[in-house]
Amino acid sequence: MKFELVTPEKLFTSQEGIAYVHAPGSQGDLGVLPGHMPLIATLKETGTVMIRDEEGQETTYDVSGGFMEITPTSVTVLAEKASEL
Amino acid sequence: MPSLKDLRARIRSVKNTQQITKTMKMVAAAKVRRARNACEAAQPYAQRLNNVLGNLAAATSSGPLLLTGRDEVKTVRLIVLGADRGLCGGFNANLHRGTVTEIEKHLANGKKVEVFAVGRKARDSVRITHRDLLVGERTDVSKDIGFELAEEIALEALTDFEAGACDEVHILFMECVSMLTQLPRSQQLVPFAPSEEQLASTSTFEYEPSEGEILETLLPKNVKTQVLNAMLNSAASEQAARMTAMDNATRNAGEMIQNLTLEYNRSRQAAITKELIEIISGAEAL
Repeated sequence: MKFELVTPEKLFTSQEGIAYVHAPGSQGDLGVLPGHMPLIATLKETGTVMIRDEEGQETTYDVSGGFMEITPTSVTVLAEKASEL
Repeated sequence: MPSLKDLRARIRSVKNTQQITKTMKMVAAAKVRRARNACEAAQPYAQRLNNVLGNLAAATSSGPLLLTGRDEVKTVRLIVLGADRGLCGGFNANLHRGTVTEIEKHLANGKKVEVFAVGRKARDSVRITHRDLLVGERTDVSKDIGFELAEEIALEALTDFEAGACDEVHILFMECVSMLTQLPRSQQLVPFAPSEEQLASTSTFEYEPSEGEILETLLPKNVKTQVLNAMLNSAASEQAARMTAMDNATRNAGEMIQNLTLEYNRSRQAAITKELIEIISGAEAL
């Protein structure tokens, strides 16, 4: 599964081979595995997005003012501000 | 006929000017590259946001005010993005010409026009021709072009829209068509005007929360993003225009130096010949 984090100023990161994404949806946390149904969800005003690749390596990003677009093969987080933790 | 000393002084002065224009050209060349990169880096976000919004707008018929707009448009707000500094060829003049055309178009339709000027040069020229329409300004922007500034400008327009002070918001900026061509371009920010293809797109997405609520949060984001994009584009245009203008100036100065040097050498030679003639005829007279 492909994961992308995009801010207005640039494509923050784009990674292939992601096994799991954990994001703070505005209606509750979302855990996304490959093959998820297409979904567009807004995120909490501020929160952290965690991704885990196939080797189990985890990366966490701080995001604020964002929303995400999920398709069965990709997760795209669009955030106004982002930083890697 | 200017004396030799005058000519020398002029040559020196033109050389100095050439040095300045040459430096400015090189600085602009470096900046234009950076500005274009920033412009390109901002594309992914804008594109995706636009796609999502298109899907949403196609899915919902009754949306928030930012999407549907007001029935009666009385006041049009124009955000003009200009430069802070001059010496960039026709950049500011062309932008102002575009602004005037746009203002007149709306006035002819019987609407009230308000102008929000960004950049000192843009403000100054609007002040000269349409002083009474100017409702706000933001100068000294070149340093802090970025999302924060775009947000600030967008929020001001959005607040006024929601308060009912204006019913439509357009943004006017110089679009960087190529390194040599920059054209004034106007874009409607509020209400959101989805393109044909956006409306035609069919989505299979689920929404969380509901479509309406997502639209509510995304539409202001979209305005900010569009302002940011326009701003980055305008910055790239400005530097490209400056680079071209300074390149021309450098070449002109080179030509002037050549002509002046020729003239200088001629008059020096003439002076020497004259002196020789004087000496020879003096000797002959003896």
